[in-house]
Amino acid sequence: MSKGKKQKKGIKRRMFLKRSGVGIGLMIGGVWLTRNPIRRTIIKTSETLVVPYAGPTSDPLLWLQITPDNNLILHSSKVEMGQGTFTGLAQIVADEMGLPIEKIKVVHAETKAGNLDPFGTGGSMSIASLWVPLREMAATLNLMLLNKAAEKLSVNPDTLRLEGGTITDGSQSLTYGQIVADVTEWDIPSTPPLKKRSEYTYLGKPVPRVDLKEKVMGAPIFGIDAEYPDMLYASVVRSRLIDAQMQNFDTTEAERMPGVIKIYQDEDFIGVIAETHIQAETARKKIKFDYNKNADWSLADIEEKITVGNGNKTIVQKEGPIVEDIDEDAEIIELAFRSSIGAHAQMEPNGAVANYQEGNLEIKVSTQVPQLTQSEVAKAMGMSKKEVNIIPTFLGGGFGRRLHTPNAIQAAKMSKAIGRPVKSFFDRQQEFQNDTFRPPTHHVMKAAVKDGEILGIEHQFASGDTLFNSAMDPGIERVVRADIGSVRGGTIIYDGMPRRATYYHVDLPFATSFWRSLGLLANAFAIESFIDELALKTKQSPVDLRLQYMRDDNPYIVRAKKVLKTCAQKAGYTDEVKDGRAMGIALTIDTGSPCAHVAEVSIVEGSIKIHKVTAVLDCGIAVNPDQVRAQVEGCVCMGISAALYEKMDLKENKLFPINYGSYDMALMRDTPKEIDVVLIEGIDKPGPVGEPPLGPIGAAISNALRRLTGERLTQMPLSAFIS
Amino acid sequence: MKITFNINGEPRSIDTDGEAPLLWVIRDGLNLKGTKYGCGKAACGACTIHVDGMQVRSCSYPAKFAEGKEITTIEGLSQGDNLHPVQQAWIDEVVPQCGYCQPGFMMATAALLKEIPNPTDEDIDNNIINVCRCATYYRMRKAIHKAAALAKQNPSE
Repeated sequence: MSKGKKQKKGIKRRMFLKRSGVGIGLMIGGVWLTRNPIRRTIIKTSETLVVPYAGPTSDPLLWLQITPDNNLILHSSKVEMGQGTFTGLAQIVADEMGLPIEKIKVVHAETKAGNLDPFGTGGSMSIASLWVPLREMAATLNLMLLNKAAEKLSVNPDTLRLEGGTITDGSQSLTYGQIVADVTEWDIPSTPPLKKRSEYTYLGKPVPRVDLKEKVMGAPIFGIDAEYPDMLYASVVRSRLIDAQMQNFDTTEAERMPGVIKIYQDEDFIGVIAETHIQAETARKKIKFDYNKNADWSLADIEEKITVGNGNKTIVQKEGPIVEDIDEDAEIIELAFRSSIGAHAQMEPNGAVANYQEGNLEIKVSTQVPQLTQSEVAKAMGMSKKEVNIIPTFLGGGFGRRLHTPNAIQAAKMSKAIGRPVKSFFDRQQEFQNDTFRPPTHHVMKAAVKDGEILGIEHQFASGDTLFNSAMDPGIERVVRADIGSVRGGTIIYDGMPRRATYYHVDLPFATSFWRSLGLLANAFAIESFIDELALKTKQSPVDLRLQYMRDDNPYIVRAKKVLKTCAQKAGYTDEVKDGRAMGIALTIDTGSPCAHVAEVSIVEGSIKIHKVTAVLDCGIAVNPDQVRAQVEGCVCMGISAALYEKMDLKENKLFPINYGSYDMALMRDTPKEIDVVLIEGIDKPGPVGEPPLGPIGAAISNALRRLTGERLTQMPLSAFIS
Repeated sequence: MKITFNINGEPRSIDTDGEAPLLWVIRDGLNLKGTKYGCGKAACGACTIHVDGMQVRSCSYPAKFAEGKEITTIEGLSQGDNLHPVQQAWIDEVVPQCGYCQPGFMMATAALLKEIPNPTDEDIDNNIINVCRCATYYRMRKAIHKAAALAKQNPSE
């Protein structure tokens, strides 16, 4: 088996060294010597960092548009993929502007309007990163309206006050709609002071989702629902095999199929354009081709690659010696873990609707990265960004699957070629086989134990790309080397002893990428299962053991302790098995939001049954506690699905299964009858919500099973290994 | 071939390949986009509609079988502004997240409640077998019980 990709990687690194040149060798040498501490600093910072909002803030009108009928349109550069961001943003603006929330309509910002966010939507950062800038823009807009009203009424602005959509001096008043009427130029003042929290009415209230009605009525709001008049449908050929090139296309039969208008082919892809969706798909399946395989791959080959010791090694946490060197009398406990290749399986397949008209291109698409989609499409089409307008739609699930949008480029090329709008979507099989998967992982956990005390812990782990893929500047990969996303949740939070984490980055022969919470679920599964094992080994409660090694006064540790204690108490955590049910507990700190789960588990007729999950999350201010709860419930149930069932297999270069049903997932029957969510406000601002609650669930279930069966399961999905 | 049926109470005729899945006739031929494509193999339930009152996964239902039938999609579940108890319950419990699979779940639930007006948790587990990737199942279960209660208050539904 040739390891083609690995070689390529080697060449890349040599080129980098060569480019560095002898002349600046000394300087490079200096950086080289310090690179590992620098890398560890970057990793450590990334563990708790709320990535700042990177979009425009100087012009509130890019975000907030007052309409003549006295309503407000909030043009969000963050997309709505179910996480409830639209509702939270509306609450924040309503509060700061003193508007009834019913007056606010939230829409996706089109890229042509210029409200572009280079970060896109992800990392659980939307509300957390916009908390300050959006309030500042709202407050600034209020002041702009006040000043303009003063001008129109010819009064001193100091005599005016705001009252729920009107500005008045007591005798005369103007609605916001009246103020903006006929105004073409605005003076943007410096940001006024923000309101106090006590002045907010919507903050912290369970306001119903702003998109609730549309979603319950079946409104056409998703990318796949978008249309243009005179639109055609396309279906693109995708490779069924990994690490292989399709070749020798024969389109003879496809061309003769009913409804086919054109077979589009360029150096990148081949697609059928037809009158209807079904005609395009049916004809596409008639295109014949064969493959040129670079190498043969099975799952065993992948697991061999993804093994600690293989790949690029980076020590991401280094405090004290390795566990073997701490105390020669200590016992070394070692356990190895694995997790599967995971599919996104988001319900709306990827696709796009493109309309190319005389040098202008408009694309309606479900994307988490409108700005990136715009620049990728512009580049591929040889157009300027100005000529490409991306109209983001509601996403039928994101989960990290929509940071790569090749369908937008393909639909655009086909629309240009045929001179009509084109809709091009994956079918479900294509969606599965061409997913950008959650990479498989391997973990070796070690601890030195003596006299019931833990003297040190080490986590070595191997994984593939999550952040390091086409969406990432390759320069960052060179500097950091350890994929920050795959490392998420991979360092040891328990302190007061030597601790280490060593990451092995492996190049895989298929695409892996962002999958909700990235490395967190698998890393937490390994670490938190191991901590539980250490508690059993040292005959302590797993709660006490964790608390004993959380001695730092670092605010994240302080908050995590409270989360852990609250969770244990609320769940009535016990080590004892009662009525055939056992509990398991686990704790994570992800993107700065500590979360703990207790899972109550039994085995019914050979199947794992989760009866109850108690979930405690400290995400700071919950702008909308109902939607924060919804995210926690969703993370718990999606996590149960991943932890119990989900896995892709690989045989003869084919990844499978490639549809629902055969890709085993948790459904209604697997959902706990009780999910008790407790929110703690440990900081005075909103923190990340959408992913941190996915962290502890795998380990919590596994720890419960360990107590129930006496057996430690070390591979996810767990169901495949229960006896 | 020409196929004639009633959809959401209105008679419609459409020229289509009789073997084409009814899903695409509804979505693209009749421009009713609430019925969703999920899998094409009747495995996920996103495309669930009612044909003569029975739930059907329209991605795997040839259009020709719809001839002369009474079809209901999510757009026809409510009577004008009067929400169906299932939709009302979905709103009350704030079920949807991304929302893509929800029409299929609501249609499946409406069909279930016709068969079993007061479903137990076990009935729900055994009958509601659609896929929701946001995993909103926990709230759906509550909403299904709520819908059953609402339907009892308004027996006309």
